[in-house]
Amino acid sequence: MATVNIRNMQVNQEGTIASVKVGGELGRRLRDMGLVPGTAIKIQGRAPLYDPVALRLKGFTLTLRNNEADLIDVEING
Amino acid sequence: MTMDFCIALGGNPNAGKTTLFNALTGSRQHVGNYPGVTVDRKEGRYVQNGHDMHIVDLPGTYSLTAYSVEEVVARDFLVNERPRVTINIVDASSLERNLYLTIQFLELGIPTCVALNMIDVARGRGIEIDDKKLSRLLGVPVVPIVARSGFGTKALMNAVATVAETPHLQPLRVSYGPDLETAILEMEKIITGKSFLTGFYPSRWIAVKYLENDEQILEKGRGTDPQIADQLEAITRKVGAHIEETLETYPEAMIADQRYGIISSMLKQGVIKERHDRNRLFLSDHIDKILVNRFAGPIIMLLVLMGLYHFVFTYSEVPVAWCARTFEWLSDKVSTTLPDGMLKSLVISGVIDGVGGVLGFVPLIMFMFFGIAVLEDSGYLARVAFMLDRVFQIFGLHGSSVMAYIVSGGIAGGCAVPGVMATRTLRSPKERIATLLTAPFMNCGAKLPVFALLIAAFFPHSRAWMMFILTLISWMGALLAAKFLRMTVVKGASTPFVMELPPYRLPTFRGLMIHTWERTWQYAKKAGTIILCISVLLWAGMTFPRLPDAQVENYASQRRGILLTTASLVVEELEKASGSQHLSAAAAELKDDLLAVDARQAAVALRHSLAGRVGTGIESVTRWAGFDWRTNIALLGGFAAKEVIVSTLGTAYSLSSVDTEATDSLAVKLVAEPGWRVLTAWSLLVFIMFYAPCFVTVVCISRESSWKWGVFSMVFNTSLAFFLAVMVYQTGVALGY
Repeated sequence: MATVNIRNMQVNQEGTIASVKVGGELGRRLRDMGLVPGTAIKIQGRAPLYDPVALRLKGFTLTLRNNEADLIDVEING
Repeated sequence: MTMDFCIALGGNPNAGKTTLFNALTGSRQHVGNYPGVTVDRKEGRYVQNGHDMHIVDLPGTYSLTAYSVEEVVARDFLVNERPRVTINIVDASSLERNLYLTIQFLELGIPTCVALNMIDVARGRGIEIDDKKLSRLLGVPVVPIVARSGFGTKALMNAVATVAETPHLQPLRVSYGPDLETAILEMEKIITGKSFLTGFYPSRWIAVKYLENDEQILEKGRGTDPQIADQLEAITRKVGAHIEETLETYPEAMIADQRYGIISSMLKQGVIKERHDRNRLFLSDHIDKILVNRFAGPIIMLLVLMGLYHFVFTYSEVPVAWCARTFEWLSDKVSTTLPDGMLKSLVISGVIDGVGGVLGFVPLIMFMFFGIAVLEDSGYLARVAFMLDRVFQIFGLHGSSVMAYIVSGGIAGGCAVPGVMATRTLRSPKERIATLLTAPFMNCGAKLPVFALLIAAFFPHSRAWMMFILTLISWMGALLAAKFLRMTVVKGASTPFVMELPPYRLPTFRGLMIHTWERTWQYAKKAGTIILCISVLLWAGMTFPRLPDAQVENYASQRRGILLTTASLVVEELEKASGSQHLSAAAAELKDDLLAVDARQAAVALRHSLAGRVGTGIESVTRWAGFDWRTNIALLGGFAAKEVIVSTLGTAYSLSSVDTEATDSLAVKLVAEPGWRVLTAWSLLVFIMFYAPCFVTVVCISRESSWKWGVFSMVFNTSLAFFLAVMVYQTGVALGY
């Protein structure tokens, strides 16, 4: 199974969060919104200028900037 | 038994908190501020079975850390004011994330009642929730409701009353794994032993907050007892280092993982049944395929924003005109009843114009808030922020900043007052200040008559082009100034764009109305009083000190002289003439002569006033930008409202009041003046675009942030504008223009 960060994922690609490599305020914020290891996510789309990215997880849609997405590694399904 | 008690209403943003609040309290609510911050505090009453419940709407939060103002406010309220029961509203269609906050309420040990909202939507999505089982696992009542229709609210409030009567339950214990638990136990021993902060919080909760590095608690701890705080912080550091070494993670990350762990194990015990893949696309996502599409998205957004703009400024014209006419009528009434003199001048120019100025904005603000409420409640505003964030991020702003810019006059003709108030939709504090301070650079409707005058005078052949260029300059200026501010006074990393894209929802009419009304009323009430005071002060500045009697007498004798040299028949005709009656050539000439004397007197009186003296006094400095004392006075007057620049310039150039109504005569006059040329016009255009916002805007900026920022906006904007104007003028002079 390949591990990539969210910035490099394609639209509609699915996977499971492997790690969130950031502490402090941003890390807390990401975790508060449910971005914790083991969570299944799917890339829902990207803004017209490819940044931010919209993800689908736990039944809702979340947006992240690419430089924030860089900190999250995802194991790609299949 | 009947009781009076306080209930807090908490939950995630977009979970339907406001809808439930409105459903419960109806019109019996009022909005205030939490002390020291600009977070709305809504309170209302609900009466059922003789229980009189006082409901406080907490700001929407995802967590109870000290990450944002909203979270701190919510937490402080729960801890300091100890509501008898907290209703935790939870969105049934994204239960897992919503329960993250619930767990934290329970860890804090506060009496909680869960309102499982939007079960209809969840059902539609194939999600079945066993509320009884969830209630048993959480240890608190769980009541399914549909806040929009009011379904279940009675049952919810009965459950709330039951919770209020039952004794307090023990705080929930989430197990955080062997490493952290050892540390927590050790810390709890110290905390309970010394009764450290236990008057406010459960001891275990304090220990967990130390492990989470919660700034607010750390600070409070140091303030209470530095020695114990040191001990606790040392334990935190030790376990933190250990965890980072062995598990390559942080204590706070482990804590979050465990909380989510307990939630998912609860849900797996049969609480939730899903018929579909939970991340499958729903109607809302299909709509997004078009509305956030790479090509169609921006075009639709442009149309929607143009539509909002059109709605706000075109449809509000009618009520704005009513307001204006009412105040004109009032002015007329006063001017015919009161005798000429100071009192009349104060009432008309100070009070009526001041109050008229405040109320004149009310329809505009109402329409703007209504428009924004529609976009916000439907969920489209989040998409706008999503699409534009990349562009605004470059300048240290947020995707949501666009709203404030557009309304302020990003499309020429807006108004900075509602624009500044539109920054409320921004949740990130730094970006919000930067937007607040730069939005007034946009070309608002009041700057347009001034621009029109200068363009008519100096660029008569390229009017449309000039307006376009000026719009571009103001956008560039605002964005670059925002970048500058974000690199200096409000510097720091940008707030993460971790934002929920809520599903599209049809806004409820009631919600829109309440939303619009409360914001508008807040403006009229709070800003109104201050604006009236400043308006009177400005009037005084342009009126006092008055001309010495000798000079007044001089003009009176000039008038007498004119009357004496004219045939008495003509004088009689003019005296008898009313408004629109056609005058003979001789009488018309007499009238013009008299008005010319009036105008000369007004000009001299203006120069003699405080504003005139200041304007003359700073002439030596403003010469650098090509402005003489007349322009200076006009610009000072522009602080009252930008369109005043035109009329003040007219007075300073001794145009009679009849003439200033028609911009053309002033334009002709300016072109003929030796001090004026195209370069002066450019310099003045730039200055007017960027200098201090009108005082109504300043008051609003202060209301939305603090007086410090209000003052800053005047000083910073004027300095920037002057610097730019001098650059333009001096470069022009150097190049020989």
